[in-house]
Amino acid sequence: MNSESRSAALSNVSLEMRAWNIRRKALLMGEVQGQGYIGQALGVADVLAASYFHALEYRPEDPEWEGRDRFLLSIGHYAIALYAVLMEAGILPENELETYGMDDSRMPMSGMASYTPGMEITGGSLGHGLGIAVGMAMGLKRKNNPAFVFNLMSDGELGEGSTWEAVMSGVQHRLDNLICLVDFNDQQADGKSTAALAQGDELAKWRAFGWHAQRVDGNDLRAVVAAFDEARGTDHPGPRVIIFDTRMCKGVDFLETREITHFVRVESDEWAKALAKLEEGKPQ
Amino acid sequence: MTLASMARKYEPRRIPEQKVATTAMIASLAAEGYDTVNAPFGHALVEAARKDDRIVGLSADLAKYTDLHIFAQAMPDRFYQMGMAEQLLMSAAAGLAREGFNPFATTYAVFASRRAYDFIAMAIAEENLPVKICCALPGLTTGYGPSHQATEDLAIFRGLPNMTIIDPCDADDIIGMVPQIAAHDGPVYSRLPRGKVPSVLTRHKPDYKFELGKAQVIREGRDVLIISTGFMSMRALDAAERLAADNVDAAVLHVPTIKPFDAATILAEAGRGGRLVVTAENHTIVGGLGEAVASTLLTNGIAPTFRMIGLPGQFLEAGALPTLHEMYGLTVDKVSERIKGWL
Repeated sequence: MNSESRSAALSNVSLEMRAWNIRRKALLMGEVQGQGYIGQALGVADVLAASYFHALEYRPEDPEWEGRDRFLLSIGHYAIALYAVLMEAGILPENELETYGMDDSRMPMSGMASYTPGMEITGGSLGHGLGIAVGMAMGLKRKNNPAFVFNLMSDGELGEGSTWEAVMSGVQHRLDNLICLVDFNDQQADGKSTAALAQGDELAKWRAFGWHAQRVDGNDLRAVVAAFDEARGTDHPGPRVIIFDTRMCKGVDFLETREITHFVRVESDEWAKALAKLEEGKPQ
Repeated sequence: MTLASMARKYEPRRIPEQKVATTAMIASLAAEGYDTVNAPFGHALVEAARKDDRIVGLSADLAKYTDLHIFAQAMPDRFYQMGMAEQLLMSAAAGLAREGFNPFATTYAVFASRRAYDFIAMAIAEENLPVKICCALPGLTTGYGPSHQATEDLAIFRGLPNMTIIDPCDADDIIGMVPQIAAHDGPVYSRLPRGKVPSVLTRHKPDYKFELGKAQVIREGRDVLIISTGFMSMRALDAAERLAADNVDAAVLHVPTIKPFDAATILAEAGRGGRLVVTAENHTIVGGLGEAVASTLLTNGIAPTFRMIGLPGQFLEAGALPTLHEMYGLTVDKVSERIKGWL
């Protein structure tokens, strides 16, 4: 670990607190627009906290530092969650929070590389991230740059054929600097992901392709951290994947128990209620 | 819809007097009377890569059929075999470009323009990354039928912002083009004549040099102005010689760069007045060179007598390439006959 680049991680703020802050910022942005992919943001907050405050090397003041680990947001509509963690990490200034989704904002509703510091790629057309990550991992190896490429994708993207082209390629080119993160909340636009395409045993599938594969509870921070350590530290000669089972709307119980859909409806009076609910669960 | 109405079942049209092998006509676009250069793209890329160590080559199981094998053999550590996976080919090229490399990605034009389009659009063009996509079998250069005939690729990519589009005529164009697109800091789609590629333009105009973004008059003429691209510039030049024998004086304006479009030269030449203006392209007449010229002329208030030569807006037949070129009007005979008919 490069201690200079990990100053944010070295602070004594707990990962639980980081995850809570990410959820809070995401809710505040959702309130600004009266909408947003808040269910996904609440669900993936623990994974993002562990990414930016445990696993990744970066310099907040220099988002394009050549030595940084690359973090690709393949799921562009999770942008609200990434903006929250980029603010928490000091890459985006917090005072831009209230510009979320507005004209001239650096934080559009779907993530785009040309708009936002720290946003490596333009996601949103699904099934793109892992292929780009393969190319970047090949490029880093050409440069003898020891950085890792992390690609955060959704379970829905497991249905895209391009994902599996990249899965095979990562093994073919022995990309042991590539770590794929799958947010498995089992929700896509029309319902359950597992009810849309027969997925079989995801863990066994990735292993059969030659990946180092783990599947953990994505809302259990200790398990998430351990999985990141294992993925980074293993001597497996190829790429690594961590499948995180997460719960949509995690941390706001009345939303968690609502009939969960891909795009969670939150009434205008409910944002304050959701923030209050989150406040009740604030880590000590 | 009945099965019968969906099927395209043909009665044998004719028993050919002389058998023409379809497969033999795929490798290169031979034309009588021209010298050929072997695999000009591959050799030009090796030369460019010696001067620019950021250049890497990628192919989706078609290195041998896009002349990239020359590069792969000369610089094996700079070549990536991406497998039969065109979406990945484009995504990975984008990733390499993000890390500072200058990737040349090759496949067939049908696969780049149809199968991999979203990946070219979002991962490469939207980010304005310097990925050079070079594609063999453009337009009607194979008898394999619509699965391999990229008759609408120029139309598809013309609609894509940031994309530079090139339809080279011959080996001279390719040899000139490779270092120029290597130096271009943005995405490029180039059609790619491959194999034994004729050298055409320098025979008609010895000092010809490809210039990215420029249309160039190859031959002067008072009666007709043929505005052409790709190998149809070769057909146009040969047709002009044929027409000269009938006292028709035809000029040929070669437009290898389809985008950005050299409107100034087009306007200057077509605006001289008095000449029939004919466009000629190895592409459907929908959305290609012809329509680009037409909109350029009309929006600038120039309206000469105007005709288009190109492929029809339909899925083409399979067969021997010379037969198909005759059928769809891309031969020297057909081009010169049609022009005479329009005069």
